Amino acid sequence: MKALLFLGCTVPVRNLNYELSARKVCEILGVELVDDQALACCGYPLKGTDQAHALTIAARALAQARAHGLPLVALCSACAGTLAEAEHHLAHHPEEAARVNAELAPLGLEYAPGVRVTHLVRYLLEEVGLEAIKAKMTRDLGEFTFAPHYGCHYLKPAEIIGGLDDPEAPTSMGRLIEATGAKVDNYPRLKDCCGGGVLGADEDLAGSLAGAKLAELNAREVTAMVLVCPFCNVMYEGQQKAIAKRMDTKFKVPVVYLTQVLGLGLGLEPDELGFKLNRAKPKELLAAFKE
Amino acid sequence: MRLNDCDPGFKHEVAAEPGGEGIRACFACAACSARCPVGANRPDYDPRRLIRLTLLGRRDEVLSSPLIWLCSSCYTCGEVCPQQVRFTEVLTAIKNIAAREGHAPPSAKITAELLAKQGRLLEVTDFENDKRADLGLPPVEQRPGDFQAILGLKPAEGEAGEEPR
Repeated sequence: MKALLFLGCTVPVRNLNYELSARKVCEILGVELVDDQALACCGYPLKGTDQAHALTIAARALAQARAHGLPLVALCSACAGTLAEAEHHLAHHPEEAARVNAELAPLGLEYAPGVRVTHLVRYLLEEVGLEAIKAKMTRDLGEFTFAPHYGCHYLKPAEIIGGLDDPEAPTSMGRLIEATGAKVDNYPRLKDCCGGGVLGADEDLAGSLAGAKLAELNAREVTAMVLVCPFCNVMYEGQQKAIAKRMDTKFKVPVVYLTQVLGLGLGLEPDELGFKLNRAKPKELLAAFKE
Repeated sequence: MRLNDCDPGFKHEVAAEPGGEGIRACFACAACSARCPVGANRPDYDPRRLIRLTLLGRRDEVLSSPLIWLCSSCYTCGEVCPQQVRFTEVLTAIKNIAAREGHAPPSAKITAELLAKQGRLLEVTDFENDKRADLGLPPVEQRPGDFQAILGLKPAEGEAGEEPR
């Protein structure tokens, strides 16, 4: 199994624990991730104000994946969603594809429909398969309970990226967490948006969206909240203290990436999975790995 | 509200923008508003109201409203809409028109400039690559050339130049 890794802008700078654990997990599961330095931004940051250029930038990445002849796999849900939406839009709008190709031609690139774009987690489920992943597990995390946060662009729009989960009742992250033997908490606010999309426009508003979920999980005393997107991480880990302060309370909600949980189940040590870089540390989890 | 102040062409303008087509299908059931997480925290943000204002042709009011920039783009509205309006995309179409008329928040210009300068949103220096090397991760590079060409922007004097190709 071979895929082109789309790192995006945020993960390789701010979320090295996610990248490291994703690479390690893929290695164990027999997925070869190919790097290409030319891949950079997915176009999402421009979409709200300049979707024509955002689409060209996304098409640029799709054209590069096509040149490699590989599926494009992203760690960030916004990147995965933006690229999948661009593929869908261009495949259904030949006139837009022609416009984009006129802009890509001077760069020596050409978009053509048919590039497969997925979030890494989905790729693992669909290509490696849950049973094969379970078979590689060497460590039982049965004493821990994790609360998945699916986020929005991992699930929606279902008409474009559906098929894996029902956005109203997602289970894919839970199935992977259970593969490690750990328990899953499908808490009432499971489907809440992190608010990261409005952080730039209105910090208070973004904080209210994330804060409701943090408050709920704080009371449920889960081992950790589990993420698959660096933007959700900005809200739940990066902003956690600031949000608590604004709500005049204190939170201690540990935050980890799904690939870190999988890595522990696959027998890797916390240091190999970048847990030193987690700021909202899963103390209970890490204590179990101390000699 | 005076009908004479309304622009009956505005809905067609929005519908002509990519993603804006769905606005024609809205029958005002407010499923979008009921499930909107932003609206739950900011009652003045109401997707159905923004759609109605657009259909009525309240062009200036919609395009200059700070509310249009508050969508978290969670797509919940689209999942529950019985008419495939796809409000997230409709609002993207509206925001694109607003941006062309000078209503975009300052961050929009900065984003394009960062992409033209760095080829990515976040800067990568030796500091970041040293940290990556410590963890055994391969270096990442800044290659802004393609982004400058696509956006038609050159970085400011003295800033990061062309990458080796």
